[in-house]
Amino acid sequence: MMAFLKLLARNRLALAGLIVIWIVVFLALITPLLPLADPDVTDTPNRFKAPFSEGAVLGTDHLGRDLLSRLMWGTRLSLAMGVAAAIIAATLGSAIGIIAGYFGGRTDNIIMRGVDMLMAFPYILLALAIVAALGPGLMNALFAVAAVNVPFFARNIRGITVGVAHKEFVDAVRLAGMRDSEIILREVLPNVLPVIVIGMSTTVGWMILETAGLSFLGLGSQPPQADLGSMLGEARSALITNPHTSIVPGAMILIIVMGINLLGDGVRDALDPRLKSGALSRPMPATEVDRRETTRAQTDSLLDIAGLQTEFRVRNRVYKAVGGVDLHVEKGECLGIIGESGSGKSVTALSVMGLVASPPGVITGGAVHFDGDDIIGAKYEVLRSLRGRRVAYIFQDPLATLHPLYKIGDQLIEAIQTHETISKSAARSRAIDLLKSVRIPNAENRIDSYPHEMSGGMRQRVGIAMALANDPDVIIADEPTTALDVTVQAQILSVLNDLRRERGLAILFITHDFGVVGQLCDRVAVMYAGKIVEEGPTDAVLRNPQHPYTSRLIDCVPTLGGGQRKLAAIPGLPPVVDRLPDGCAFADRCDKVQMECRSGAIDLAATAPARKTRCLFPENTQEASA
Amino acid sequence: MTEALKLTDLSKSFPIGKRMFGPPRAMVHAVQPIHLSVTTGETLGIVGESGCGKSTLAKMLVGLLPSTTGQIEIEGAVLDNADPALFGKRIQYVFQDPISSLNPRKTIRQIMEVPLRKLHGKNKAERAARISEIFAAVNLREEFLDRYPHEFSGGQAQRIGIARALAAEARILIFDEPVSALDVSVQAQVLNLLADLKDQFGLTYLFISHDLAVVEAVSDRVAVLYFGSVVEIGSAREIFAHPRHPYTALLAQSAPEVGRPIAAPESAETELPDPLSPPVGCAFNERCPNATDLCRKDRPALKPDESGREFACFNPI
Repeated sequence: MMAFLKLLARNRLALAGLIVIWIVVFLALITPLLPLADPDVTDTPNRFKAPFSEGAVLGTDHLGRDLLSRLMWGTRLSLAMGVAAAIIAATLGSAIGIIAGYFGGRTDNIIMRGVDMLMAFPYILLALAIVAALGPGLMNALFAVAAVNVPFFARNIRGITVGVAHKEFVDAVRLAGMRDSEIILREVLPNVLPVIVIGMSTTVGWMILETAGLSFLGLGSQPPQADLGSMLGEARSALITNPHTSIVPGAMILIIVMGINLLGDGVRDALDPRLKSGALSRPMPATEVDRRETTRAQTDSLLDIAGLQTEFRVRNRVYKAVGGVDLHVEKGECLGIIGESGSGKSVTALSVMGLVASPPGVITGGAVHFDGDDIIGAKYEVLRSLRGRRVAYIFQDPLATLHPLYKIGDQLIEAIQTHETISKSAARSRAIDLLKSVRIPNAENRIDSYPHEMSGGMRQRVGIAMALANDPDVIIADEPTTALDVTVQAQILSVLNDLRRERGLAILFITHDFGVVGQLCDRVAVMYAGKIVEEGPTDAVLRNPQHPYTSRLIDCVPTLGGGQRKLAAIPGLPPVVDRLPDGCAFADRCDKVQMECRSGAIDLAATAPARKTRCLFPENTQEASA
Repeated sequence: MTEALKLTDLSKSFPIGKRMFGPPRAMVHAVQPIHLSVTTGETLGIVGESGCGKSTLAKMLVGLLPSTTGQIEIEGAVLDNADPALFGKRIQYVFQDPISSLNPRKTIRQIMEVPLRKLHGKNKAERAARISEIFAAVNLREEFLDRYPHEFSGGQAQRIGIARALAAEARILIFDEPVSALDVSVQAQVLNLLADLKDQFGLTYLFISHDLAVVEAVSDRVAVLYFGSVVEIGSAREIFAHPRHPYTALLAQSAPEVGRPIAAPESAETELPDPLSPPVGCAFNERCPNATDLCRKDRPALKPDESGREFACFNPI
């Protein structure tokens, strides 16, 4: 609760709304205790007294009733009506929405068509019709406003419920013996409750306005009872001669509705899970750079990463996702980066072209030299001209990276035309060639397909074709085959391998799969907790791993042909990168750990030609030199 | 040897293009009629690529999906109306995504208590005792019980999912890709835990995965699924080393392996058959190097050879 208030208070306007509403509600609550004149006693001789006159701070109305008193009682009534209508509408609407969304199928169809019919009428007409049928009166106006707002909740909550009801935890409790009614109340409802609260907080103001509207028309509160709408309605005839009688209730409606809307927006933002991670703002076009000194390239390779450090700054925590990585890729070479989730392999790859989302990502040190120039901290125009044209990315999930509403051909043509002025027809024939080069059968027809019409393997080929669109020098592939089936994976790997040989592409291949690295990559770097722990030629590293982490990890992976057996496991979990231990990050899970391992930073030291290991007691050093 | 699970003629079809009145436009046969039996104490691995019907099969086995035809016999009792509450005591399911199978707004204790309360009607003290017993078995600390799912790593959450399945006291467990969302170092921990639990509680496993090496490491027998049918079934030790069905061979060749040069095992044109217009004859004939005219006309049935291996192929390897 405190955390929620803190989040809310970050939004100044919402805080102002909260304060205003708090004051209004407080005054409304204590109204009966205040020494006010009776709001309903008429005193015709003293009609239309101006504000700040003797005995009537806000003046009197056309029947000489005290306006301040009527305002306070009227506010009390209007607030109560609005809140009651919101609660009724939310309860009914959410119940309908949850039932429709949970059961789906025919139930859903019948209920939602009924709701659609309600929505087909203009809301005020519908409210008028309801009141006309039931007769004017406060309670009837309340029901009318609530009924009119039921569809809003029903539709919203149905959408959320459909998502929740298909989650695996619902299947799980069903298998644990729960019945539908209990699942709805105990499993689904808690998950849609935040949405209901958000819906209520943003509609209360609206409901107050609507009840006031009905009262204004004389269909809500009946004289002499005051509410803000009926006060306005009664003052209408004296709008020109005695404007204060209209201004007083009008200003109060303005204050209440403004306050509630500001507060409602704040509540919505505070309950939005995306805000909790500290990322409300749109990410910047390039990763923020905050480094003290520049680092020189260590090699004259095509792509040289030297001492790269990237961290995520979330509130007062700093997650050192990449803690000083040195890598280089030559033309025509394939470098594998292998590591488990959270090892920093993807962040390393995204840092190269400044694609790490900022905030919260910041590059705090090191350099990335591409073709001799440092591109960390380069101008956005420079990065933009390099992205896609000279350094291209392939991501894990092609369904997420391809736009679902455009044909793949149009997306390819756009990728080509971004970096090159070329006619549409020329770009189209280039796109067909590209699709052919990634071995998409029947490319001339396939170019007009939408992403959802293709299988996962075909989509990933389009992803590769798009990366190749501008003949890049480097391709950074982030787990490009992880989401694919093995037979398709084999096809994609062979496409990538052929392209590399034909075009002299440099590939940075990120994966967690030793088998894939072993087949495709010339060299491999193993990452753990943001650092490279071992690097060298693929065969040497996989055959004679020197770092204990590498060798334990290789032992963990079952290989085909081993038969039924117990697997070697690494005990424990990788360290969290905001609390890295001194010394070796793997020390707690290593069975050969010594005192020295924990005492200080360990360097990535050369152990054999072209091999480096970040370990004080490397394994397999004899075999490697032999 | 007793049969823990016996499937007779079990199939599932989904209607496509539902209309308000009248029959649907088409039916997709997600699972073709399957006969399968699993003996008590055995681990049966089920492998296949996405869309082969392995998850549909698993959901039918626990009653989450009603079957279109056929019957399911669990420990001798026929269960033919899909009611997860009836199935729950006999057969349980461990989900692929450990985090999304735990309700984010419930503590682990609340999650663990549901099967004990609903399936076995245990009182509070009995529940607490049973939960500590199970938590000890899956190497989880009891202090976790009052935390929420998002505080756990994938491996820990999967242990909690396994603990929940154990709480139902079913003797058959179905694992639907239980380790594919986990890192390899954690994957091995969970697989070893499964092996220990099986010995400790005398369980029968159905282990579904797309990872051949994992399936081989944990299973006694393996069934290969393609396009909704079992195309080959045999001992885990033999089936990938000496496949008889060309599809099993293709799978085994495609698994990436250190030191083997990259070669696409089949041409780029191949795609999975379209479920809306299934091929005539053997579903694999368009991808098969050994396909003959017979394969394009008739569908081969699953038949055993002299060694007891069963496969559905006219021209086995």
